[in-house]
Amino acid sequence: MKFTTPAGPNPTDQQRVIGKPTSRIEGPLKTTGQAKYAYEYNEEVSNPAYGYVVGAGIARGRIEAIHQTRAKLSPGVLAIVTAANIGPLRTGLFYTDRLLAGPTIDHYHQAVAIVVAETFEQARAAAALLRIDYVREEGAFDLAAGKDSAQAPPAGPFSPPAETSVGDFATAFASAPVTLDETYTTPDQSHAMMEPHATMASWDGDRLTCWCTIQQLSWGVRDLAHILDVPAANIRLISSYIGGGFGGKGTVLSDLVAAALAARATGRPVKVTLQRPLIFNNTIHRPATIQRIRLGATPDGKLTAIGHESWSGNLRGGRTETTIASTRLMYAGANRMTKLRLAILDLAEGSAMRAPGEASGMMALEIAMDEMAEKLAMDPVEFRIINDTQVDPENSARPFSTRLLVECLKTGAERFGWSQHNATPAAVREGQWLVGMGVASAIRGAPVMPCAARVRLDRNGIVTVETDMTDIGTGSYTIIAQTAAEMMGIGLDQVVVKLGDSIFPVSPGSAGQWGAASATSGVYAACVKLREAVATALELPVDEARFEDGRVIAGDRSFPLADAAGAEELVAEDEMTYGDLGRQYARDTFGAHFVEVGVHQYTGEIRVRRMLAVAHAGRILNPTAARSQMIGAMTMGVGAALMEKMEVDTRVGFFVNHDLAGYEVPVHADIPHLDVVLLEDSDPTMSPMKAKGIGELGIVGVAAAIANAVYNATGVRVRDYPVTLDKLIDKLPVPA
Amino acid sequence: MKAFTYERVRTVAEAAAARARTPGAKFIAGGTNLLDLMKLQIETPEHLIDVGKLPLNTIEPAPDGGLRIGALVSNTKLAADIRVRRDYGVLSRAILAGASGQLRNKATTAGNLLQRTRCPYFYDTNQACNKRKPGSGCAAIEGSSRSLAVIGGSSSCIATYPGDMAVAMMALDAVIETVDARGATRSIPIAEFYRLPGETPHIDNVLTESELITSVVLPPPVGGKHTYYKVRDRASYAFALVSVAVILQENGTGRVAVGGVAPRPWRSREAEVLLPSGAQAVTDKLFAGANPTEENKYKLTLVARTLAGVLNEAKR
Amino acid sequence: MKKSKLSSITRREMLVGTAAAVTVTLTPGTLGKVANLAGNPNPKLVETGVRLTVNGELQELTLDTRTTLLDTLREHLNLTGTKKGCDHGQCGACTVLVNGERINSCLTLALQHEGDEITTIEGLGTPENLHPLQAAFVKHDGYQCGYCTPGQICSAVGTLKEIEAGVPSHVSADLLASPEASNMELRERMSGNICRCGAYSNIAEALEEVAGNS
Repeated sequence: MKFTTPAGPNPTDQQRVIGKPTSRIEGPLKTTGQAKYAYEYNEEVSNPAYGYVVGAGIARGRIEAIHQTRAKLSPGVLAIVTAANIGPLRTGLFYTDRLLAGPTIDHYHQAVAIVVAETFEQARAAAALLRIDYVREEGAFDLAAGKDSAQAPPAGPFSPPAETSVGDFATAFASAPVTLDETYTTPDQSHAMMEPHATMASWDGDRLTCWCTIQQLSWGVRDLAHILDVPAANIRLISSYIGGGFGGKGTVLSDLVAAALAARATGRPVKVTLQRPLIFNNTIHRPATIQRIRLGATPDGKLTAIGHESWSGNLRGGRTETTIASTRLMYAGANRMTKLRLAILDLAEGSAMRAPGEASGMMALEIAMDEMAEKLAMDPVEFRIINDTQVDPENSARPFSTRLLVECLKTGAERFGWSQHNATPAAVREGQWLVGMGVASAIRGAPVMPCAARVRLDRNGIVTVETDMTDIGTGSYTIIAQTAAEMMGIGLDQVVVKLGDSIFPVSPGSAGQWGAASATSGVYAACVKLREAVATALELPVDEARFEDGRVIAGDRSFPLADAAGAEELVAEDEMTYGDLGRQYARDTFGAHFVEVGVHQYTGEIRVRRMLAVAHAGRILNPTAARSQMIGAMTMGVGAALMEKMEVDTRVGFFVNHDLAGYEVPVHADIPHLDVVLLEDSDPTMSPMKAKGIGELGIVGVAAAIANAVYNATGVRVRDYPVTLDKLIDKLPVPA
Repeated sequence: MKAFTYERVRTVAEAAAARARTPGAKFIAGGTNLLDLMKLQIETPEHLIDVGKLPLNTIEPAPDGGLRIGALVSNTKLAADIRVRRDYGVLSRAILAGASGQLRNKATTAGNLLQRTRCPYFYDTNQACNKRKPGSGCAAIEGSSRSLAVIGGSSSCIATYPGDMAVAMMALDAVIETVDARGATRSIPIAEFYRLPGETPHIDNVLTESELITSVVLPPPVGGKHTYYKVRDRASYAFALVSVAVILQENGTGRVAVGGVAPRPWRSREAEVLLPSGAQAVTDKLFAGANPTEENKYKLTLVARTLAGVLNEAKR
Repeated sequence: MKKSKLSSITRREMLVGTAAAVTVTLTPGTLGKVANLAGNPNPKLVETGVRLTVNGELQELTLDTRTTLLDTLREHLNLTGTKKGCDHGQCGACTVLVNGERINSCLTLALQHEGDEITTIEGLGTPENLHPLQAAFVKHDGYQCGYCTPGQICSAVGTLKEIEAGVPSHVSADLLASPEASNMELRERMSGNICRCGAYSNIAEALEEVAGNS
């Protein structure tokens, strides 16, 4: 089915199942420990061996020798796999990192060997016995130092133009009555998902099956085939449950390559999990940025000039962090420019993490907006409202499909009690705590991608959905079940959803906030086909058939749905594809974040007291799951604001705090009850589902709202994330 | 983790004797720090002597009116003991500010005293670290040092002692009781227990090879208002940036021990006597001779302000 | 069909001798027999027997001494509900109940638990017969990816028990008062269980409901 014109009425409008706050259908499995993750398919293979990945001990240089004798003699050791005995491997087609390095080393903890043994304990012990001689080479590890020599990154599928320009920014900025010109920095961040990257690989002749933890299985198959030089048709990847991803498990990383190579080398199934202290430097991360923002406005607060320049670093071949993406769409303003520059750094690869580009970019832009509002002596909510736009600011002929940013801000202000906000910093005190409020807007693109699905109707009236879509905690299982139940007129208990197996029809996977809209649309297309097949089988007119309560009804004729299955089953498969509505309309999700923080007036400790987000994200397929996506992203935003930073040792060239004790993410005590309001919406330009994703919107703007609240509480403006007490302590007023 | 042999012992004498006759042996009780380090090959014992079932898990009144805490009393049990909550509040507070509920259930009193630094360079065996590998150098001094020591360090090492419990015990003048392989016992005031790194940062404390901690004795209660204020980036389950253990008497005198700033809990009588003069005076004295890095000099201000906050709160 | 480059690696090159592995089985307390391990750069495999009761079932196992309780459950008893998130006591995903108390199973050796009673997530309830906390997590959507969830639930069982037993916490205003299962108390006590998906707000509400506060 190809979707080319805005959707009219269709069965999903019934909202009998879709739109209801349904508990996750896999909940009983997850809460009882029965949901199986990559490393846990103990029954699927017999006699697995264990692989342990050894990471490079230097950041840049080459391996002179790997002394293996002691490791080989260690009990239980079956094989030691290195680049030297595997031969050259290619890289994947998305990540640029070489997943088994040697003799050259591109970054710290890049995989250089896999030690395979009978048991995990033996593999780990033997790995420690490898002695590797390195020759160190000079590397570049400091973004600030590389800023001036950074280059314009090439444009590509995930890279916008390096420079954009509308109107005459320079003149407008120079002549603006009120201006701001500030630089903001964001640090390297780690996805730190709870399930480490893990794979169990098993070869049967020249066919490879991997139980793994990959968000986009079709990318995984493509990349693994390319890296190993085996036909894609010979590879099967299974990721039924994924213990968190946030972009950190997009496609093939070193665990998958290690397990596949080790299994090949030993003739045994091999299990590999990346040890937590390796993950931070071995895999991908959200790269640090330096961002210069210039704003010009009239005294009444109309933006006339918006400039956003951004620098980030990456390995050779890596992409830039597209921080300017949201700035291009967020506010009106006739004269605008953006510029991206990329420095080559010999740190681990920078890549997508929840709302890549937008999250980092809005960390900067939304502080700048707060600063500008103060310069204009305007309320920061009002300042954002008067600079709203209903068309693409770079192309006034291209409207937003739906955009309720103003309603988000107004609703939020009302619900949060923004009128209590005191514009004078450091004016509100409760005991030893200074109290402040902050606000920020949110925007995140709403892409939708082709997706295929297969649906089977059996003799008992059970509908089984199959697609290689994944559920990384987003609720895919549940919203897909809701879609099938709605379309086929049955209850959720009549639907079985099978996901995360590359033998199923191809989906775009979980990424880019496109999963929910894309996957359910693919299921919609397959269900339309199944409805046709059912009507045909029951000899009912296709156009008149209604699917209700497990029955198919047309005129005065009515049959149980199950009757259509016949002796075997009825199977339908289709793919939803798209025309150019995405070019005709700017399609995004919007939101507003309101935060109240307490800052201890003696110690500078910062604690979030209240948080509210208002979100506008198309039709909400499941308010329970959508709310969870929002609160989860808000929680990650608290981390970005207040604690998350991989410290770079610019001499040695590595992320120093590479475990979950050193890299702090929020814990229960950091997060109060979080409020979320989901605005009513339905976007017919997206797909017949009229839905958008919401998984990434929730993090965009959060950190800035918190930083703004800290400023409001203390009068100290921090432009260098995370906002930690050491950046406040010397500037906090001394308590009386 | 290197292979090791393992034995369980039932008496203190057996434990000490086992340690004496087995080169490369270590005691294990809770194991929450030792196993963490063994997985990273930072600790590589050849033999583990499991002392977890020794009869050292009770808290008994000491003859002088204090409390004798068995070495194996869990952090949870110690913090929850009604006598500790009533008479040694700073100790309950310090323990409860540390780690997590799960870790406190497993971690023991002696093990907590012996936990090793969390310096990130100590934790990464590819990096130079004199504490982990004597003579290899210290990558931390000019490296990432936001969490590290501002005083008491040396040109060899600026690691901090990471714990909370010992900071409170420092303020309480606790005494550590040990037995060695020959059966000889000794009592070590906690102020003399931890070593400063000097040229030998790999030696954390004054225990000899076979010496086993059997108990910690708290002197009789000193009264006063007890506070343990731990400052950290996230609200829980994190090591201290700084912490202050304060016992304040009604007349304004008291005791102050500071955590997160030095290779051992940091306390000085000369500084404490300045309590009536205020937090800044105490801090200036306490940190005379401090040698912070650019990244951790904030700790000096932070201690002064944290102590000021505690004193302010006590007045209310 | 195109021949894979991988197949050019000979098995002989990749496989190294396993003959070096010699099993020494020890019974507890037989220290003297293996003292020769000291100083050997390639120690022998050391295995020891241990008896545990897991979810009510007695398990007699012979294990490499290095085997953690976590890996014993996951790799030897096929109880994969207990998760390995960090293996270093920094996340709480491996939380189980030992003799009724919650601990991190990654930072303890199986051998340290001779005679202990272990309860894992599988021992609390089943999909058909959920424990009240499991049901509350489902109802309040107290999870997303599900990976930290078994640890959260086991920790929650321990938490409610600790509150009932009067164990104070960092946020208890009065050390001498009986602690209450307030939102802040629950959040502080659950802070050893990281949920990167960020379900905290919902988890706290699930616990409050079971604790009888809502």
